[in-house]
Amino acid sequence: MSTPTRTPSGAPAQMTGAGGRVGDDAQRPDGVLKVRGEFAYSSDLWMEDMLWGVTLRSPHPHARIRSIDVGPALAVPGVYAVLTSDDVPGEKVYGLELADQPVLALDVVRYQGEPVALVAADHPDTARRAAARIVVDYDVWEPVTDARVALGHPTWNQLHDAPAEVTELSRESANLHPHGNLVRHLKVRKGDPEPTADVVVVGEYEVGMQDQAFLGPESGLAVPGEDGGVDLYVATQWLHVDQRQICAALAMPPDKVRLTLAGVGGAFGGREDLSMHVHACLLALHTGKPVKMSYNREESFFGHVHRHPATMRYEHGATRDGDLVYVKATIYFDGGAYASSTPAVVGNGGTMGIGPYVVPNVHVDCYGAYTNNPPCGAMRGFGSVQTAFAYESQMDALAAELGTDPVELRCRNAMEQGSETPTGQVVDSPAPVVELLRRLEAMPLPPDVPTGDDVDLRDMPGGVSNTTHGEGVRRGVGYAVAYKNVAFSEGFDDHSTARVRLEVVGGEAVATVHTAAAEVGQGLVTVEQQIARTELGVDQVTVHPKDTSVGSAGSTSASRQTYVTGGAVKAACEAVRARVLEMARSVVGRPVVDLRLDGGKVVSDLEGVALPLADVLGDEVVEETLEWRHRPTEAVDPETGQGFAHVQYAFSAHRAVVDVDTELGLVKVVEMACTQDVGKAINPQAVVGQIQGGTAQGLGLAVMEEILVRDGRVQNPSFTDYLIPTVLDMPPMRVEILEYADPHAPYGLRGVGEAPNISSGPAVLAAIRQATGLPLTRVPVRPEHLTGT
Amino acid sequence: MRLSCTVNGTPQQVDDVWEGESLLYVLRERMGLPGSKNACEQGECGSCTVYLDGLPVCACLVAAGQAQGREVGTVEGLTPAGAAPGELHPVQQAFLEAGAVQCGFCTPGLLVATDDLVHRSLAEGRKPADAEIREALAGNLCRCTGYEKILDAVRLAADRMAADPTAEAAR
Ligand code: FES
Ligand code: FES
Repeated sequence: MSTPTRTPSGAPAQMTGAGGRVGDDAQRPDGVLKVRGEFAYSSDLWMEDMLWGVTLRSPHPHARIRSIDVGPALAVPGVYAVLTSDDVPGEKVYGLELADQPVLALDVVRYQGEPVALVAADHPDTARRAAARIVVDYDVWEPVTDARVALGHPTWNQLHDAPAEVTELSRESANLHPHGNLVRHLKVRKGDPEPTADVVVVGEYEVGMQDQAFLGPESGLAVPGEDGGVDLYVATQWLHVDQRQICAALAMPPDKVRLTLAGVGGAFGGREDLSMHVHACLLALHTGKPVKMSYNREESFFGHVHRHPATMRYEHGATRDGDLVYVKATIYFDGGAYASSTPAVVGNGGTMGIGPYVVPNVHVDCYGAYTNNPPCGAMRGFGSVQTAFAYESQMDALAAELGTDPVELRCRNAMEQGSETPTGQVVDSPAPVVELLRRLEAMPLPPDVPTGDDVDLRDMPGGVSNTTHGEGVRRGVGYAVAYKNVAFSEGFDDHSTARVRLEVVGGEAVATVHTAAAEVGQGLVTVEQQIARTELGVDQVTVHPKDTSVGSAGSTSASRQTYVTGGAVKAACEAVRARVLEMARSVVGRPVVDLRLDGGKVVSDLEGVALPLADVLGDEVVEETLEWRHRPTEAVDPETGQGFAHVQYAFSAHRAVVDVDTELGLVKVVEMACTQDVGKAINPQAVVGQIQGGTAQGLGLAVMEEILVRDGRVQNPSFTDYLIPTVLDMPPMRVEILEYADPHAPYGLRGVGEAPNISSGPAVLAAIRQATGLPLTRVPVRPEHLTGT
Repeated sequence: MRLSCTVNGTPQQVDDVWEGESLLYVLRERMGLPGSKNACEQGECGSCTVYLDGLPVCACLVAAGQAQGREVGTVEGLTPAGAAPGELHPVQQAFLEAGAVQCGFCTPGLLVATDDLVHRSLAEGRKPADAEIREALAGNLCRCTGYEKILDAVRLAADRMAADPTAEAAR
């Protein structure tokens, strides 16, 4: 098999490193390559004689294809192949949970940007020019662009002939039932169906469509194999789920479709679904040459799913004293043209849609719908980010109605260990909601709004645009708290596989960890090394390239990898250790009860034994491969939503301080503070990095980030018009980490990545509301919402 | 077209460069220097930042022909030639230690921008203030870190480079 020349050191990196154990600020093993510009991202791959693949996409959100003429494109010199859905040898549709999305458009296109045809050529510009010459004759149809309209549509089956209702979250097999534009409806029913309360607040909220905006474009290189198969080097979040879908599309067995993780430039959910994977493989197999595909930024906006926009109606009832009596909620997620992860998003939105509070009576209806908008799927915190804006806004509104302090109201109703969730699940590990909020309150506040002639414009809303020197600027402080399930829920068989090897290399015992778990920037490779060092008492640990030659690790999503793949690595290390200690006992020649591995030695304190591990191992290579699972969850009842749906919850809270120029509607976030319970910080520096990064994405959704879709068409597919926070938009942050162990999890850890992304935006919104006195029911907040113009 | 320029101190010559190719494309796809990144290719993210005759520019916005006869400096040239294996430029070292690198796709551009900022400030006999750092890096997007650790890294690099005036600019 030939490998791309521009992967690190000729093949994806074997990353070796010495250093920290569990609990240390260990440095990432890929860090040196990254700062030297030598880390091979998926868009950096290159092979002699490779071709470039490009995609022709539908300009229409809803149309029937009458005909496609590829002749003019094939006639362009330098073009090697032009492919359409006729050239897909296997299953012509794919999907994470439901196979409903065409590899290349069949007869109908359902969103603007849907892939229609592929071109391979010897230069990317040639391929692009050729693609532009493909003639597609469309019969343009009216798009359905509102989830509520789609659900009540007179021609119920217009968008999909046979979409499915998913009653069980199964990514392996989806039972399709003809059902129309409804992807999933989750009901939560708890307590009295007709509750009454002294005080009632009702609100309607809307969340815009957010983009993951990872910086590394969708890209990869497919290399035809001598055995008729294909090797794909790609940036993704779950190699094995990709492999399953690619095999189906290519009609090939898994041993013919081999995937290796290329360097990933961020993911945040946007790489859960396939993008160029099958396309590059098709072109490579068709031409017999390596094919590279790399989207530019505009294509990237069409090339991955986005965060579901949501419209939500909430009704909260409470006693005069401020005890929550009931919450009723109706939540609509716009899933766009294809299902992607919509069933799971609906699951999260519905089961956790009232926030980390104890409420005796709950009535939630959560819907996910097909429309002709861009497909929506996974993004960090999915299902929970949207609902948190609504339930935290409601808590503030209720506090105002009761004349009580918003933090007091939250603490009064906060979930704690032993509380019951709306789905009847008893929270069986620490849930320090009150402490998270109290710690935030206790943190010092930043200095007041600067005033006078000596203000630094850079501290003002509007910055050096010189829009104000403090006139019309009002300060606001807001709080929010959130929780989110960690790992896959609702009965999914959520597991990971780890292969750990211990052997002597150059006179020293070295461990190698091999998993298929995608490193997307979060630092899982560091954690894998730290766990191996801790469990095997060695210093040198090599992380094997991530590929499909080892079993599935599950997805790098749902904050699950440190928990689940971390658990698998720990278990495989324990199995290796048991064998090594057995070997040591036969060396010692008598039973020793307290043998352990430490500092490259086999140690017994009782017997005063300290054997060099290298001597015990000799030529022996000790290797163990294990599949590891967290305790099982269960599907929720389809009528009541009751059930043990989630294996673990993560909790975080934020305080935001903002200055608002109320005349111009400009917002400056002055400071963000976050408290989060992480159970056990395996790598504190990386944990803080996750919290800071998650906070930034939440802030972005609150004040600037939205894909604007009009009549099914994306208006702003560029970093010129889709704004993400820059270093000028991000304030200084305070972070406090709590470590209350979850007794069910390895090392007591809790998944970290998503929770801070959920609580930060609602805190910013609350702060702007406090500064302006405006109700603000939609995010992102735009200047016109603040000035009323 | 033929393009000749100096990259990281080494003369380079490439043939058959197309009119429409950017300096970024030529570096990445024709010269085997993919360290400069291609996050947007529209001048909005700074991941492609390189030195052109000593000034930081977005390589995606520079037509390849504009680099004719000029000096280009990329992330691959930050570590001085002849450095010991494993030895890093102080800015690289600071980014690593501060935890400023997650996915790292923004890193090459940020390293060049930081190197430029710190050298400009030190040439004026001072270290960059926070507000200056924010202004100087406002054109470099990072989606992973929330920028806090990037600020830490810049401060750390400035401290170390101020203490060791022999550190050379990579421009
Ligand atoms: S790639 Fe040049 S600025 Fe983004
Ligand atoms: S570290 Fe990923 S974009 Fe900055």
